[in-house]
Amino acid sequence: MKIAVSATAPDLDALVDPRFGRAPYFIIVDPDSMQFETMENSSGSAPGGTGISVAQAIVGKGVQAVLTGSCGPNAYEVLSAAGVQIIAGVSGTVRDAILSFKQGKLASTPAPDVPPHFGRTDELTSGH
Amino acid sequence: MRGGGDVIVSVASGKGGTGKTLVATSLALAVSERTSVQILDCDVEEPNANLFLRASIERTEPVYVPTPRIDADRCNHCGRCAEVCAYHAIASLPSKVIVFPELCHGCGACSYLCPESAIVEANRQVGVVEVGYRGNLELVQGRLNTGEPMPTPVIRKTKMYIDGQTDNHRDVIIDVAPGTSCPVVEAVN
Repeated sequence: MKIAVSATAPDLDALVDPRFGRAPYFIIVDPDSMQFETMENSSGSAPGGTGISVAQAIVGKGVQAVLTGSCGPNAYEVLSAAGVQIIAGVSGTVRDAILSFKQGKLASTPAPDVPPHFGRTDELTSGH
Repeated sequence: MRGGGDVIVSVASGKGGTGKTLVATSLALAVSERTSVQILDCDVEEPNANLFLRASIERTEPVYVPTPRIDADRCNHCGRCAEVCAYHAIASLPSKVIVFPELCHGCGACSYLCPESAIVEANRQVGVVEVGYRGNLELVQGRLNTGEPMPTPVIRKTKMYIDGQTDNHRDVIIDVAPGTSCPVVEAVN
């Protein structure tokens, strides 16, 4: 099994990034062996559509579940269309998030939990 | 602006609520007392020049953005469309392609570059251009549909009504949206 976790830095002790599309890294972990690979998210500064492209990249990695702080409607649509389990509202370190997941403490998020453009920090400068 | 001399004046401001529309409509009305003039309301998210002008709208034309439609029988999920889309409007999954029409700029790259010719473009209406008159004055106003995120196609279409290329040389006043981003660039370009 492969689990992708949005992260603020490229290792298991990094904090879970509260954003999905704008997270700087994803840690892709095998929860049984705790072996992991990191995926850098280069679309963090793109004007829009980042949730979609990141979700597609994660699907391409063969991931079965995503742990993150929040997930907007477009990313949610792509991930759920590919059958990826989405668990939002996750915080703490990547390692702890994986452990909680293994212990069955985390429940799937049934719908997008934030509006579009949630993770944008420059929303005041309209990005048309 | 002596009249009859196709001068284009754009009224813009980085800050909203500073009187752009008041200046633009006053200029247009002043010119229209002497000669024929065109005023374009390019603040298409909330066109309000006609609150001052009271022109009667005589024509309404739809504005479309061509958006991709995937032929599921021809698509082999190679992912080329999602790769070439600069706006992330397409997600290509192993067994499904998802289009996000509201992110599509209508550039046509996906359909042009699809190796299987599995993408056709279908017009999606995003707004209208309305044309009205009051004496010597012709008002052309763009109106973006509520909830649409992208005003530039409506602004572009509104500006196509500038009749600089014809023998009908009129001065043109453009009322621009506030700010400094894409809608402003499109309006003054």
